[in-house]
Amino acid sequence: MSAEETAGPLAAADRLAPSGRGRWLRFWGPPLAVLVAMLGVWYGVSYLLLDPERRFLVPPPHEVVRVGFLDPYNLEELLDALWLSTRVAFVGLAVAVALGIALAVAMSQARWVERSLYPYAVLTQTIPILAMVPVFGFWFGFGSFSRVLVVVLFCIFPVVANTLFGLQSVQREHHDLFTLHGAARPTRLWKLQFPAALPSIFTGLRIAAGLAVIGAIVGDFFFKQGDPGIGILIDRYQSRLQSEQMVAAIILSSLLGIVVFWLFGFLARRVVGSWHGSAGPPGT
Amino acid sequence: MDVLLPPSLLAFSGVGKRFPDGTVALSGVDLSVAPGEFVSILGPSGCGKSTLLRVAAGLTAASDGTARVATDKVGYVFQDPTLLPWRTVQANVELFAELRRLPRDERRRRARDALALVGLDDFAGHHPRALSGGMRMRVSLARSLTLEPELFLFDEPFGALDEITRERLNDELLGLYLAKGFTALFVTHSVPEAVFLSSRVVVMSARPGRVLDSFPVPFAYPRPAGLRFAEPFAHLAGQVSACLRQGGGG
Repeated sequence: MSAEETAGPLAAADRLAPSGRGRWLRFWGPPLAVLVAMLGVWYGVSYLLLDPERRFLVPPPHEVVRVGFLDPYNLEELLDALWLSTRVAFVGLAVAVALGIALAVAMSQARWVERSLYPYAVLTQTIPILAMVPVFGFWFGFGSFSRVLVVVLFCIFPVVANTLFGLQSVQREHHDLFTLHGAARPTRLWKLQFPAALPSIFTGLRIAAGLAVIGAIVGDFFFKQGDPGIGILIDRYQSRLQSEQMVAAIILSSLLGIVVFWLFGFLARRVVGSWHGSAGPPGT
Repeated sequence: MDVLLPPSLLAFSGVGKRFPDGTVALSGVDLSVAPGEFVSILGPSGCGKSTLLRVAAGLTAASDGTARVATDKVGYVFQDPTLLPWRTVQANVELFAELRRLPRDERRRRARDALALVGLDDFAGHHPRALSGGMRMRVSLARSLTLEPELFLFDEPFGALDEITRERLNDELLGLYLAKGFTALFVTHSVPEAVFLSSRVVVMSARPGRVLDSFPVPFAYPRPAGLRFAEPFAHLAGQVSACLRQGGGG
């Protein structure tokens, strides 16, 4: 069925080690083709579906680039806002990770701590945090503190849940080893539970990082006051019918999300990639 | 009578174990192991063999009777190699010495020596996932050897390995036994393995487990690999096997 079976070993070897350009094309070709197709649809909607006077609803891609990214004034406005949102997202994420891991460690040490705290961790998932934004603004002002607070509440749960799961998923035999050799709690935590939990901690981190970006941007919509983050800009462009800049802002915030997602994937591979995973052992 | 017996390194007397859910795993187990003995325990699955080892190691308390261990240098080898996947082979082998707070140089030296004993010195820097099942089990053995145990408890250590690897590791284990002179209590469900390794084979009954019978193994150490195919070996294995079947389960 596959090329190897029909075309013999030479073709198979060729498939395994294609030339640099062949591999590049195989890897990037399909997503690039989809990108081109999407741009085609975009142009189609702008020029074929919409009359010139309604074209502002979906401005064509080159207009987005020209107005949004190539105009220095507009670009600066966008990048300032993006930088502000990025800072909010990262500070919030850092606080959520530190606090979330600390809470999970505390919960893993005693059943009663877990019973007391876990329901409230779940609560951060169930209360509509964005609806609380006006309340936070009312209490703490519309500066960075409130914005970071929203991000923390938005993304702490996956950190707590995944860390706790990781700490508790240590095999019984591994615990037995540590018991047999008289390991005290801190040793057990540091040398056994914490490293064992690292893969799931990174899973939680990756989810939390995505949420932090969303929290920072969407939280902005509700603040509407103070220095503009990228969310405030999107809202403002929309109300002023500056659709090229609006689309440019949306593209930038998606890029931020992608970069953050990639960054944590990269970190996870660096930290646990050498031992975690299902790469098969050699024979013997 | 008692005074004529050599002092035991490990003695179970009337050991019973009942779990909180009401399961009775062991009932009235009497067994003593003299220094230098290699005793195998055979029994149907679920007869409490592993529980007996856990009681001996102090991981579980007996519900009745007592388990007395006359040394604090006890090695425990599980069926799973239980290596920590994030540590290299070297760091895994150092673990016990590290938990016992031995100085770093001493740990390193012992780990290197133990790895050399099991023939894995070239793999010190690998992570466990790069090793085969047999190699992981050797690392697990090496890890226990670093503390120079006087009593070794083995809980079906080779049960998950293929026949060829298992026989090779049996030969190697006997080599270590002769070189190090430890005492061993070895749980298995393989009759040939038990007979090949042991100076005495103990057969346990189905749950609740108790000792059914005990077979001294007369073959002298070191035992050649070909012993497995000798007539007296087959004869003894047959006797043990019959006792095991009569004990129910199997």
